[in-house]
Amino acid sequence: MSEPTEAGTVHLDRVVVALRDVHREYPLGAERVHALQGVTLDVERGDYVAIVGPSGCGKSTLLNLIGAIDQPTSGTVEIGGKRVDAMSDWEATSFRLRNIGFVFQRFYLMPILTALENVALPMAEAKVPGDERRARAAELLAYVGLSNRGRHRPSQLSGGEQQRVAIARALANRPTLLLADEPTGELDAHTGAEIISLFRRLNADGVTIVVVTHDEDLANAARRKIHMRDGKVVDGVAAAGGHP
Amino acid sequence: MRLTLARAALIRHRARTLLAVLGVAVAAAMLLDMVMLATGMRESFRQLLLSRGFDIRLAPKGTLPFDTDATIPSVSAITTVLRSNPDIREISPVLGAAMHIQIAGRDISGSVLGIDPSVQGDYELLSGKDVSDPDAIVVNDHLLSQLHARMGDTLSVATGYDPQTRTYSGQRKLVLTGRVRFIYGAAEQSSGAVRRETLEAMEGGARRDRASLFMIRVRSGADPDRVRDWIETYIPTVSAISIATAIAQVDQRLSYFRQLAVILGAVSLFVGFLLVTTLMTVSVNERTGEIAVMRAIGISREHIVEQIVAEGVAISVAGAVLGLGLGLVTARYLNAILSAFPGLPTAIDFFLFQPQAAWSALGLLIISGIGAGIYPAWRAASLPISESLRREAIA
Repeated sequence: MSEPTEAGTVHLDRVVVALRDVHREYPLGAERVHALQGVTLDVERGDYVAIVGPSGCGKSTLLNLIGAIDQPTSGTVEIGGKRVDAMSDWEATSFRLRNIGFVFQRFYLMPILTALENVALPMAEAKVPGDERRARAAELLAYVGLSNRGRHRPSQLSGGEQQRVAIARALANRPTLLLADEPTGELDAHTGAEIISLFRRLNADGVTIVVVTHDEDLANAARRKIHMRDGKVVDGVAAAGGHP
Repeated sequence: MRLTLARAALIRHRARTLLAVLGVAVAAAMLLDMVMLATGMRESFRQLLLSRGFDIRLAPKGTLPFDTDATIPSVSAITTVLRSNPDIREISPVLGAAMHIQIAGRDISGSVLGIDPSVQGDYELLSGKDVSDPDAIVVNDHLLSQLHARMGDTLSVATGYDPQTRTYSGQRKLVLTGRVRFIYGAAEQSSGAVRRETLEAMEGGARRDRASLFMIRVRSGADPDRVRDWIETYIPTVSAISIATAIAQVDQRLSYFRQLAVILGAVSLFVGFLLVTTLMTVSVNERTGEIAVMRAIGISREHIVEQIVAEGVAISVAGAVLGLGLGLVTARYLNAILSAFPGLPTAIDFFLFQPQAAWSALGLLIISGIGAGIYPAWRAASLPISESLRREAIA
């Protein structure tokens, strides 16, 4: 079964992210900012979606809502069949820990922990036994090509290496969804290309990815591009360079 | 992981953490010193009173022992009355007087106690022999150094000086037999002791059968306060002072001192509290992005609170441990200064280390450290994630 949405045609039985008529407003002094205005969007399992648009169009707000770190003013947000917009803080935190992986523009690794410890942090919070989490952290570092950098602290790693550690951390608890906000924004073109390649590999291995970006190369690497303007989704199409 | 993160966060800003620990250590040292001061003199005085095992002191009515020159009349009669109480085990009447010793053309003045050497509780013999003989005198080190005398020397001792006639009521040749330490004596005080009958004879008729003080030991198991009440009922010419009442009187006299110590101690505690709160608040403000990311990746509020509180507690514990050493050193130094105050018994300590009081004070400091971490921890845990990330991105 398939159904057309603003973001294109999707199969509902495979939908991981389902937003329906989502609005998000912020107070800004005496004014109210309408960051999102009735967004409806579906993302299927295994999809790789790039959200693009000019600054201030609501891309990051949309990502925050999908990631259950913000709540809509109205509308519904379902991730993996669960309404995250109605979750309490405790429920949302627990949900994020087990179902969502975040990658940020500035990496945001804990500077005081080693690469291995950074990757293991979400697993420790999820009460994964020590041996198991160390083994999985090492495995994930190897996956992102940093098997020999586990004992290094973030300050001893390059920007690209730090972002790869952040991606490994995002995958720690085998999330349903990987969200990335400008993951190549702080990297040079060569390092950015490595991250783009890693994202493609992750998606090929079955990870569902939603990425917000201004980076044309990263957006073109996605299966679908969703264009936003003034808090609205204006179209959702297969990306030019999207891999099959 | 929480403790690892807390430890690592503190290590990340070594200099700031060290300064905070030093600040808390100073506050802890001050708090400890004030606790030692607030309880030290009282406890030191109690230990002093208990040191010779006498439970009750009798002084002339309305006075404290050796507070005035007044004496208690009818020592024999009072002794007879006291002996009628089976709870009273030992009675030690003491007569005090001023004395002058002429030696090598010099006149050295001091105080002398007339005691019964078999039951006395005023001094301990350091060397030589006690005053077993009516013509014997024992003196303390300060007097001995002034006399330049040796054991066995004969001293010309006079008492009962009348300034109008410039005469003494009694003069006697006494043999120096021992060197003693007076338990209630001040460091710079020249003191000696003779047998009470010797001093009575030297003081003349006016002070015959009189005592400045009685010291009383009660039978084991007897209640000293009941005996004290009995004495005041049957001997109305004396004030009977048990250790409890003596301490109560000392408490009354030292109340301002103690209040000052409590206020300064509370100020120290508050300063320590503010220091940790300020540091942790600054630390949290610097880490809003980091904390927001931790929350975004699924780290719970409880984890954040525990980590921030653990950082506050770690600073407080380290400061308290350092402050304990610092407090003991400064207390020793201050005690040496204050104990040299003229007229105070050398055995009195102003700052007395009492483990329970010290641990309570330092425990209070650590609890305040936990309290100090709660506000910044609550702030950290309450940060709106998306808003903090947006601000961080803009910054």
